[in-house]
Amino acid sequence: MSEQLDLREAIRVDSRRNLFKVSRRNFVEPDILRLEGKQIFDRCWLYLGHTSEIGEPGDFVTRVVAGRPIIFTRDNDGELHALFNTCPHRGAQVCRERQGNSKAFQCFYHGWTFAQNGALRGQPGKESYADGFNNDGGGNMVHVPRFEIYRDFAFVCFDAGAASLRDYLADAREYLDLVADQSEVAMTIVGGTQEYSIRANWKLLTENSIDGYHAATTHATYLDYLKESTGSLAKVPINGIGKDLGNGHAVVEYSAPWGRPVAQWIPLWGEEGKREVDAIHQRLIERFGKERADRIAYRNRNLLIFPNLVINDVMAITVRTYYPTAPDLMQVNAWAIAPVEESEWARKFRLHNFLEFLGPGGFATPDDVEALEHCQRGFQNVKEAQWNDISKGMGRETPSFDDEVQMRAFWSHWNEQMLAPAEA
Amino acid sequence: MAAPHSITRPEVEDFLYFEAELLDDWRLEEWLTLFTDDAHYYVPSTDLAADASPDNSLFYIADDRFRLESRVTRLLKRTAHSEFPRSKTRHLISNVRIRERLADGLIVGTAFITYRSKDNVTDVFIGSTRYHLVTEGEGLKIAEKRCVLDLDGLRPQGRISILL
Repeated sequence: MSEQLDLREAIRVDSRRNLFKVSRRNFVEPDILRLEGKQIFDRCWLYLGHTSEIGEPGDFVTRVVAGRPIIFTRDNDGELHALFNTCPHRGAQVCRERQGNSKAFQCFYHGWTFAQNGALRGQPGKESYADGFNNDGGGNMVHVPRFEIYRDFAFVCFDAGAASLRDYLADAREYLDLVADQSEVAMTIVGGTQEYSIRANWKLLTENSIDGYHAATTHATYLDYLKESTGSLAKVPINGIGKDLGNGHAVVEYSAPWGRPVAQWIPLWGEEGKREVDAIHQRLIERFGKERADRIAYRNRNLLIFPNLVINDVMAITVRTYYPTAPDLMQVNAWAIAPVEESEWARKFRLHNFLEFLGPGGFATPDDVEALEHCQRGFQNVKEAQWNDISKGMGRETPSFDDEVQMRAFWSHWNEQMLAPAEA
Repeated sequence: MAAPHSITRPEVEDFLYFEAELLDDWRLEEWLTLFTDDAHYYVPSTDLAADASPDNSLFYIADDRFRLESRVTRLLKRTAHSEFPRSKTRHLISNVRIRERLADGLIVGTAFITYRSKDNVTDVFIGSTRYHLVTEGEGLKIAEKRCVLDLDGLRPQGRISILL
């Protein structure tokens, strides 16, 4: 295959010496980005959205997934659809709103109209078309080849022959369950999207999102802030494990001293807060038994679903996905997700917690952005300084949360995908 | 300083230009003194209504006085990596209008453009600010500052590590 790059030197693994190196070419070369498009983004299951975002019949949101504009919509029968947002007539984007509720979609260019499921309903001047014009469905909006949902998280895949989402998720399912189980009704995306870009390769954010090693230095000011705010800390050490979940997915799971709306109380939340957090914890015990309840309540999880979905269940829960638009530029969308039934009090503290750490205005994420952008700048030395090292904890039986087994899981799978035979 | 009903627009403008100067000079502790003890500073996410509440919607920034002070403390440290070395900023304020006179102060609307330069990259933040100003002692103080960005997201700015 002529377009196949020589990727033998994309990663270098020396199991005898417990060394794992990643070539910095992977972060800078346009040819590699192009190949990622074919080998990864055209083949993997990619996050589209959460079903709570289109809760009512007729609801829709539009977004871009791996460069494709898509409409995520719920029809009047409650069925969900993922449609390519392009008119079958001459290609214009049919829907130009971010979100809304509609009985039908109309392309403004020539006025074709479509049902909520994308079926052609009307064409101005229909009498000029031959009878049976749409008999083969060629006048309907095109559905994304694969569209499946796991616990209200909706994914698309552009490879019609891909394995099921369930199989794809592998051991990551258990971690999506630990998020979904936090509600007895349903989890819901809270209004407001944090949209930003980072001038860095997209894989830097994958690595950073599951990196427990950088917190003490990169986030020194956040940790100072927690120490300086009276009552912001539970008496809990930062301690835990890193884990390879198969298919390139990975997680770090750990205890930490910050407050968790579900359900780790901190003194700052007062006696009223304690009653509420205790009640949430008690319900978890009733539903799942003490061991699983404690795991949900007291452990934090930074989860990567290969290649680009991150769900961090920390002082709040963020759902974050991102795409490259150039080797050194990515576009990030991040949301907050919460139990739909939680009280106003809990929602308020959850969002307060969220903004303390997370997002472009938080006390931590801007420093991550700075780190990623300066990695990308450092990679300009790729010709003479070619290798990243992610060997930390290699050879350990149980890797710690601040080891790098998560990145190794990602890169090993990335390398396999990049080398997989192209389709005939 | 006159009572709220007789404060003029030039007086408000002087106050806001002074605020901008403090920010551009990185005199952040002095800047904090312009705020009341129960002040709030908000930057809603760009897909929210301008009057959305941070209690039930995800913002970029929603600081009470304590977190605003913490933001300043953080920004003055070398370990606030996103602002080390410090960026150069220029806050431009225009279209200043007194929109409402309240018993304790004023609601003021402004348009702003803020430039941030660091590491050979210049980013621009565009938007409007709604101030709730109150009279306190001899001068004005900011009880609430809400910056609503006229952007579709922080692209390419990526972060709001400076104060808008």
